[in-house]
Amino acid sequence: MGAFEAILLTVITAATPLLLAAIGELVVERSGVLNLGVEGMMILGAVMGFAAAQATGSPYVGVLCAMLAGMVLALLFGFLTIHLVANQVATGLALTLLGLGLAGMIGEAFVGRPGVKLQAIEIPVLSDLPVVGRALFGQDLVVYVSLALVAAVSYVLFRTRAGLIIRAVGDNHGSAHALGVSVRKVRYLAVLFGGACAGLAGGYLSLAYTPQWVEGMTAGRGWIALALVVFATWRPLRVLAGAYLFGAVGILQFHAQAHGVGVPSQLLAALPYAATIAVLVIISRNRILTRINTPACLGKPFVPDR
Amino acid sequence: MTATTPTDPPATGRERQGEILLEARGISKRFGEVLANDTVSLTLRAGEIHALLGENGAGKSTLVKILYGALEPNGGTLHWQGREVTIASPAEARQLGIGMVFQHFSLFEALTVAENIALALPKGTGMRELSARIREVSRDYGLTLDPEAIVADLPVGIRQRIEIVRCLLQEPRLIIMDEPTSVLTPQEADQLFLTLERLTSEGCAILYISHRLEEVKRICHHATVMRHGKVIAECDPAQETAASLARMMVGSAVHDLDRGPRPEAGAVRLELRGLSAPADGPFSVAIDNVDLKVRGGEIVAIAGIAGNGQGELFNLLSGERLSAPDAVQIDGQSAGRSSITARRRAGAAFVPEERLGHGAVPGLRLSENIVLTRHSTGDGLVRGGFVDRDRAGQLEQRLKNNFDVRMSHDDAEARALSGGNLQKFVIGRELDRRPGVLVVNQPTWGVDAGAAALIRQELIDLSRQGSAVLVISQDLDEIFEIADRIAVISRGRMSDAEPAEAMTRERIGLLMGGMDEGQGGATHAA
Repeated sequence: MGAFEAILLTVITAATPLLLAAIGELVVERSGVLNLGVEGMMILGAVMGFAAAQATGSPYVGVLCAMLAGMVLALLFGFLTIHLVANQVATGLALTLLGLGLAGMIGEAFVGRPGVKLQAIEIPVLSDLPVVGRALFGQDLVVYVSLALVAAVSYVLFRTRAGLIIRAVGDNHGSAHALGVSVRKVRYLAVLFGGACAGLAGGYLSLAYTPQWVEGMTAGRGWIALALVVFATWRPLRVLAGAYLFGAVGILQFHAQAHGVGVPSQLLAALPYAATIAVLVIISRNRILTRINTPACLGKPFVPDR
Repeated sequence: MTATTPTDPPATGRERQGEILLEARGISKRFGEVLANDTVSLTLRAGEIHALLGENGAGKSTLVKILYGALEPNGGTLHWQGREVTIASPAEARQLGIGMVFQHFSLFEALTVAENIALALPKGTGMRELSARIREVSRDYGLTLDPEAIVADLPVGIRQRIEIVRCLLQEPRLIIMDEPTSVLTPQEADQLFLTLERLTSEGCAILYISHRLEEVKRICHHATVMRHGKVIAECDPAQETAASLARMMVGSAVHDLDRGPRPEAGAVRLELRGLSAPADGPFSVAIDNVDLKVRGGEIVAIAGIAGNGQGELFNLLSGERLSAPDAVQIDGQSAGRSSITARRRAGAAFVPEERLGHGAVPGLRLSENIVLTRHSTGDGLVRGGFVDRDRAGQLEQRLKNNFDVRMSHDDAEARALSGGNLQKFVIGRELDRRPGVLVVNQPTWGVDAGAAALIRQELIDLSRQGSAVLVISQDLDEIFEIADRIAVISRGRMSDAEPAEAMTRERIGLLMGGMDEGQGGATHAA
């Protein structure tokens, strides 16, 4: 395996959890809900995925449990903000704290224990391609799922009636309600989808990225995913670009540090954030398109008058 | 039946003309303490344009929402073609054949025309097929539309077309229209009336809500008048006068305005010299080289369809946005770069369009809202940095008495007032200062007839005392009632202000559509 191949492999591994969490949150925000609890759902997914894989020996059961854990927290968030119309920002922040606390408590027994790693699935023929073969087509299932999700979300949002309804609810929930769309149902489903994605992202961390449980192992990735969605102006392909760019610059600066480049490491560590924001801001500079892509009802409470 | 049938309709409709389509019997709806609909009955017939009249708060919207399934009645029954039905949701209403064109458009700005329409139709229509049908229907009814356009880019007149075409594609038998002409030029309104005529000749029924009584007289076959949640009269509007209809709505005669003699032209007190400003956002309008002089003693009105730069012009006048120093002159002083407070000190006063949130802070008491605009205009409301609450309270009492502001408890929060009373307060707060220059945007928007008459009289009185009054309004009736001179704003450009006597509705309509821009004269564009 060449150096380039190794770097590409690590870039994909670093980008996948961001991509998963961000693509889920993108759907949530497109439906008009701002769930700031991504970090909390991720870390709960990480610990539950790790625990389930440990108990059963199967990393795939771990993956399912990670998604389920994210959905349980998302359901709580949905109940509070959609049903009881609690403030979305405050509820989301509380969800993050709750997730971090719960995960710390549950994970105490697992600290230092070896995990179960998701095995790579090599796609025949393609994985034998020179240079990129192993990195692109010798990944584990979750990586393939993450890329398929981007394509699926993009297709559903912009080419199907279901996607049209999600965008309509996010743009103007009052009008959607007047047309007979069940705003709450659409938002519940979107929030649950977001929870499953965040949980899966967390599970990827504890089952593939570093197959072990470390407290606080999400290390702010949930927040980066949230920022990615905004800077990508709620467009799936831009989220993909942003996540991979972030992963790539992160790995590059890591190698630069290892080779002793004469720049303070703190500055290098900040590079992925700066580069991602700069690039996404530049590709999103069309204000009219940005305004059209921004869900107009984002974070606004919806109370049907009946 | 009391309705006059339309003259010899072609028998192409699915319904026989005059057949009862929808009947509401004894509908009641209660919101907390308020009985918004009190045993209301209404009968709608095929081929009939049925007017629903009433002041704001009379219960029209509530009734219409019940008919459209958006609200549940507390009592009474609905009958569709003789069969008792419950309309539990707008989707069910559409299934029966009831369509609605909303006053505040229910469109999704971020979506295309075709996507907006697809949302209202049952599943299973392909987008390409739908686009073709939209083109077809819009051509048939003279309502040209581009299915691929994004709604946010379209002006209000076109947005209404989307609503109408959306409604037509559902092949409705009853169409409910809430104030459809309030956003249209007179010419666009005429086009709409042609469409309505064609629909009724096909056997469609139309429930038509409007404040414009002349229009109701012209096109409606039957009228139901509501007041305080009850039906108080039914009539044939063609047999009534606008004044008699207004009397039924209000319950008492609405006083004519006393305009008094027109005073000698005074000195120029507000002047705009080549005022220009770029658009400050994707959905705002650039102001392009506006010239205007408003003299003491006169009211100049700026007519125009919503969204043609009225808000932007107002912000430049009030100082929320700055311009070239000389472009705005208050009493001969350059004020283009002055702050809002400096302009107020120079004797100007401003009333923005949106009364709650822009004209008043919803959560603050009225006395506190008074301090917000009059803290430094010599009323002694602030001393050494401290608010003099007693004095603010006295002012609040004075406004309340002089401008008939009604509220449930003393010195209420702004959000607790009804729209009309808050508007009286917001305008009264500035009028009370006797400003030399007053700029008002939409002075009586959404205000009932009684309050509107009071506000208009106050504006006239202020001008006759020597102040310059500039009124921005979309209501042509109001403009003709109070203005001495009229200018028209269209896409950020303004026509010359011409004497009101020399202006006709037709000419204003052409100017609103952007024709005949710039200098006076009847050179109509082709």
